[in-house]
Amino acid sequence: MLYRENGQFKTSYRQDQQMLPILQDRIFMGLLLLFVFVVAPFVFSDYLFLSILIPFLILSLAALGLNLLVGYCGQISLGHAAFMSVGAYAAYNLALRVPQLNFLVVMILAGLIAALVGLLFGIPSLRIRGLYLAVATLAAQFFVDWAFARVKWFTNYASSGSVSTATIDLFGWQINSPVRKYLFLAAVVTLFAVLAKNLVRSHLGRAWMAMRDMDVAAEVIGIRPVYAKLTAFGVSSFYVGVAGALWGFVHLGSWEPLAFNITLSLNLLFMIIIGGMGSILGSFFGAFFIVALPILLNQAPALIGVELSTAMASHLESIIFGALIVFFLIVEPQGLARLWAIGKEKLRLWPFPH
Amino acid sequence: MKLAEKIRILAASVGTIAAVVAVTASGPVQAQAKEQFFPALPYRTGAYAPNGVPWANGYLDYFKLINARDGGIGGVKITFEECETGYATDRGVECYERLKGKGPTRATLFQPLSTGITFAITDKAPADKMPIVTAGYGRADSVDGTVFKWNFPLGGTYWDAADILIQHVGKKEGGLDKLKGKKIALVYHDSPYGKEPIPLLEERSKIHGFQLLLLPVTHPGVEQKATWLQIRQQRPDYVFLWGWGVMNSTSIKEAVATGYPREKMYGVWWSGAEPDVIPAGDGAKGYNSLVFLAPAGQGAVHKDLIKYVYDKGQGSGKKEEIGDVLYNRGLVSAMMGVEGVKRAQFKYGKKPLTGEQVRWGLENIALDAAAIKKIGFGGFMDPIQTTCVDHEGSHSSRVQTWDGKKWNITSGAYESDLQIIKPLIRASAAKYAAEKKIPVRDCAKDASN
Repeated sequence: MLYRENGQFKTSYRQDQQMLPILQDRIFMGLLLLFVFVVAPFVFSDYLFLSILIPFLILSLAALGLNLLVGYCGQISLGHAAFMSVGAYAAYNLALRVPQLNFLVVMILAGLIAALVGLLFGIPSLRIRGLYLAVATLAAQFFVDWAFARVKWFTNYASSGSVSTATIDLFGWQINSPVRKYLFLAAVVTLFAVLAKNLVRSHLGRAWMAMRDMDVAAEVIGIRPVYAKLTAFGVSSFYVGVAGALWGFVHLGSWEPLAFNITLSLNLLFMIIIGGMGSILGSFFGAFFIVALPILLNQAPALIGVELSTAMASHLESIIFGALIVFFLIVEPQGLARLWAIGKEKLRLWPFPH
Repeated sequence: MKLAEKIRILAASVGTIAAVVAVTASGPVQAQAKEQFFPALPYRTGAYAPNGVPWANGYLDYFKLINARDGGIGGVKITFEECETGYATDRGVECYERLKGKGPTRATLFQPLSTGITFAITDKAPADKMPIVTAGYGRADSVDGTVFKWNFPLGGTYWDAADILIQHVGKKEGGLDKLKGKKIALVYHDSPYGKEPIPLLEERSKIHGFQLLLLPVTHPGVEQKATWLQIRQQRPDYVFLWGWGVMNSTSIKEAVATGYPREKMYGVWWSGAEPDVIPAGDGAKGYNSLVFLAPAGQGAVHKDLIKYVYDKGQGSGKKEEIGDVLYNRGLVSAMMGVEGVKRAQFKYGKKPLTGEQVRWGLENIALDAAAIKKIGFGGFMDPIQTTCVDHEGSHSSRVQTWDGKKWNITSGAYESDLQIIKPLIRASAAKYAAEKKIPVRDCAKDASN
């Protein structure tokens, strides 16, 4: 009843090709952006910003990057936290050795360096597929872990292997409070999400999807596999490298090589599997699920007044979290984004059942 | 499952999650009660739980004792809350954010019992005005209070520990000059915790001419066959163990398997507790480690604990475990925090105090032998005195040896050589201050703040 496109005629190609063709969608997106940028800074507590929203925003950017590779191009990667790590350490070294650079420039350069490394580790994808590629990308994870733990130049010869970053200064605007961090991240993530959405609707995105669906057929009709696969690795690593730089500078402030270990790689993969592979919105759903749900589950016993030892609460959190993953995958194997799409479909017919 | 049902279930779950988020967003209302809130960041789950649990029990038991026996600190009751970290840095930071605002005057101080978490929250502490007590762990350079205003590595750091081990080993050889040409292996946890002693050991190896063999072990430390094979090949004269959690017991078991004499193994104070040696059974006899602040055993404070806490069924752990190494260490760590608050109350009055006020208290702790005996820790601790420049307060230790049933102190007291350590601390702290662009305090002007 509300969500109908009756009367919304498109009179130009430009109108027909827009990202949000339905007026209600545009209104919803406008309200959402208004809430995110204008209302939320005043409504949410510092704890929500620091513990839920900031990690959520950064990891959704990383999940977005991984989704471009795994969901859109079909090349599985189990070592994407390695590229986050490359981005973080690249940003640290750039900020340390070239202090005159603005943080935005540092961020982009860190992403480009991560993209180069990603390209390098993407070369095996030209020869191997599926599970074998997964193992090859796992090698990337361990190699990068080793490199940052052993090659002391990267950590500026710190005795403990830990690195620290100074507060970000953007043209005099110090990013030192949770609200400022949140606003900066929201702006970056919105921009990158719009770019990603455009990218997957372009010829490059279609080449990726063709490689995913049937790479031999795609090659036959003239899509160059080297070009498609390597650009997927490159762009994906760029996104993930920028996310890594943000993770280190904005969220952690100080980190050791173990901060980007295999657990983070697997978490990113879980995010896009639960959220929906091959969907920009799915990356956000998955990131929220993986970031916020364990924390909420951990605090749930206290909130509903049940007395539990912290060890028991921690174990229960793992159990319930695992059970929820299994549940959601049974209910909708294609992820939360598909459930959202089904919901919108149903909304078009509402209040009629069919 | 029909589509409509799927949507219904999803809507219900999203609704519950949204409700929970709304509740967390609003936050609890604080009443102005006469309470001092102490957060606890223990790890009762994960690979490091065997060592984390007794420490946490000791930590909490001391608060319970102070409430039951003394009615709080100067009449101000202690409230506390645990937040499970699992030794994970990101969880630790999340727990820090969750608990730092609780209590009428916000959290008093944090003791994360993890060097990784310490590194992460050291960045946040100045902005939040939150003292971090890292008794026996954390950043070795945080002894320098002019740079690390909010960090307190009370009782000693890893550089002190490494230094004392070298002194002891030198003494065993008949003099530090006899170390020339000897081989010392460091089997360490591949994390900031394990890597901390390396600069000092390298410095000492240059001075005395011994060869230092560095053998990292990746978390969680159950895979050590390759490491001990190397030790078997290289035959070092001494092995220093810098492990935590299951890594410790695995190391000792591997030493038994490869036949390395345990008498030549020396663990840092975090590698010398009952959960580390008991799994290896009789093979662990003769293994040595350092003592930190309080050794194993029971004293006056334990009698009070039994009387006021355990006999009333309020104990956090088992009654049989209350004299263990890590339990006592948790007890002493809690005691240092309470003494910091007591000292701050001396200046600011007997009321709930803020983190800033407690920081002053921690910077001016002066516990001599008589004071230590008065609080029930007589025979357990050496005197400790902190100042603006020196945030550790004491830097001595002893060596203890496991005889199969208990730990026995087998050496005199050693003091770490500040002549070697102080320049290292100064250089490292200066580097941190430059990296982070933080101003260095002037203790003469700042001493009363």
